[in-house]
Amino acid sequence: MYRQKYVFLLPGLLVLVAIIIFPLLFTVRVSFSSWDVFNPGLDYIGGRNYARMWADTRYWEALGRLSVLAGATVLIQYVLGFALALLVWGDVRAKRFFRVLFLIPMMTTPVIMSVIWRTIFHESLGPLNGFLRAAGLSAQPWLSDATLAFVSVMIVEIWQWTPFMFLLLLAGLMSLPREPYLAAQIDGAGPVRTFFQVTFPMMAAISVGAILIRLIEASKIMETVYVMTSGGPGTATETSSYYIYIRGLRDFQLGYSASLSLTYLIIMIISLTIIAKVMIRLLVKDRT
Amino acid sequence: MRTVYLAIKYTALLLWSSFVVFPFLWAFSTSFKTANAVTSGPKWIPWLQFEPSLQGWRSLFGGVGGTDISGPYLNSVIVTFSASLISLTLGTLAAYGLSRFQFRAGPIRNADITFFFISQRIMPPIVLAIPFFLMLRQLGLLDSLAGLVLVYIALLMPIAVWVMVDFFNNIPRELDEMAWLDGCSPVTTFFRVILPNSLPGLVVAGMFCVIFGWNDFFFAFTLTFTQTQLLPVAIVSLNSSVTPWWSLSASALISIAPLVLLAFVVERFLSRGGLAGAIR
Repeated sequence: MYRQKYVFLLPGLLVLVAIIIFPLLFTVRVSFSSWDVFNPGLDYIGGRNYARMWADTRYWEALGRLSVLAGATVLIQYVLGFALALLVWGDVRAKRFFRVLFLIPMMTTPVIMSVIWRTIFHESLGPLNGFLRAAGLSAQPWLSDATLAFVSVMIVEIWQWTPFMFLLLLAGLMSLPREPYLAAQIDGAGPVRTFFQVTFPMMAAISVGAILIRLIEASKIMETVYVMTSGGPGTATETSSYYIYIRGLRDFQLGYSASLSLTYLIIMIISLTIIAKVMIRLLVKDRT
Repeated sequence: MRTVYLAIKYTALLLWSSFVVFPFLWAFSTSFKTANAVTSGPKWIPWLQFEPSLQGWRSLFGGVGGTDISGPYLNSVIVTFSASLISLTLGTLAAYGLSRFQFRAGPIRNADITFFFISQRIMPPIVLAIPFFLMLRQLGLLDSLAGLVLVYIALLMPIAVWVMVDFFNNIPRELDEMAWLDGCSPVTTFFRVILPNSLPGLVVAGMFCVIFGWNDFFFAFTLTFTQTQLLPVAIVSLNSSVTPWWSLSASALISIAPLVLLAFVVERFLSRGGLAGAIR
């Protein structure tokens, strides 16, 4: 009778293994070859791709830039998402209207919204500089200045993904028990103290989960960059994924980009694991 | 004190609301512009500030100077729905297996298998793009709908497993055991007893599959060229140096419209508390 248990697990597992594991193993093999436009095929050149990567400052800079971008946007998304969730969790008019509205950005296709945002940031014809001029300020080169381009990408990421934080945190808030709040009320705790001593500790586990999910997704950022700035000006907004994309599918240096992408994957797994461990220790432990 | 607090609360809500709505309003206004209206600077209000025109919306269906997006639209619908359906089927079965039975292979236990499924979300698309490219070329599926469906299954199944494992864990085991005592095999138990009770979980999982499938750009972009075009690729290809902002805006609005409706569904689940169990 229990033989049947494999009927459930195996189809899905095998399909996933077939679609992902074999390509991944193949990538490992390709990363030790010099496969490119001129020399397509699997030869063996040892660790030469990895040695080249070690000296490739553009790659390491992109990785550093990605860390700043992902860390900063996720933090802002968390603070904003939590604030918004608290606002519509409490007593507000048109509660459900605001909830629906705040969820909408995460439903929209990121690249398509990036295309729209690109027109918004447009230097002479975009509405953002229109507002600035109307307010008597000078127009800004949103997408052609290194710092501003970085900020613009951050704004779009925050617009798109704060709703996701909002959703997870609101779902969390709505599942909280009521008793601790009654106790806090009896103790005469104000809203600030109630938040830090009741709400936040109970939300710690969900917060860690939400931040981790968003960090995982943010570590892949590339579509926004591709559409809005193409990594520019110069390499000011180039993320790891985008740099690997240029090397692999534009320059067609498959061997080299395979080694870049494997290293990127490993760095991501290691750093996300460390971040997860640290966050769980810092936030969740003192609850239990 | 209380009025100050209320004022801050509603100001914050309105500020964020306008930030959320702003790109949509801009796109909506732009979709009725002509080249003249666009190049004369940022304008918002039709008739007052510019003469509205339906050019942008007409060009969606093959009018002058536009692209026909009905083909890509259909492609996107086909790929998203078939991949979501297959992922949901395979993912639900696997999730039920993982939730009810013990699997063991050497040191590997259920938790490890579940983690393997979910951990696929960590994989950056670019890492898979190159091997997928070569694999599909080998299979002769490059630039085809079938190839994209195959890739999207790998992308979406982890989401389905993730939501459904949690969902099944919350369905009491006694339900299964009663069916077994009545002589049902695990497979009939699943189809007769569990599946009919799983609609909320299936809706949430299916919805997330559809969102992530419909919104993917990267794989559609790297694995297709000219024969097969999905919606996001078709729209981004309008985004060149001489962008037709009007048809761009119109096509953007029409392609995000179906998923925006999903926001209402999500909110409904949220209000009923159905999401708390489905999302961890």
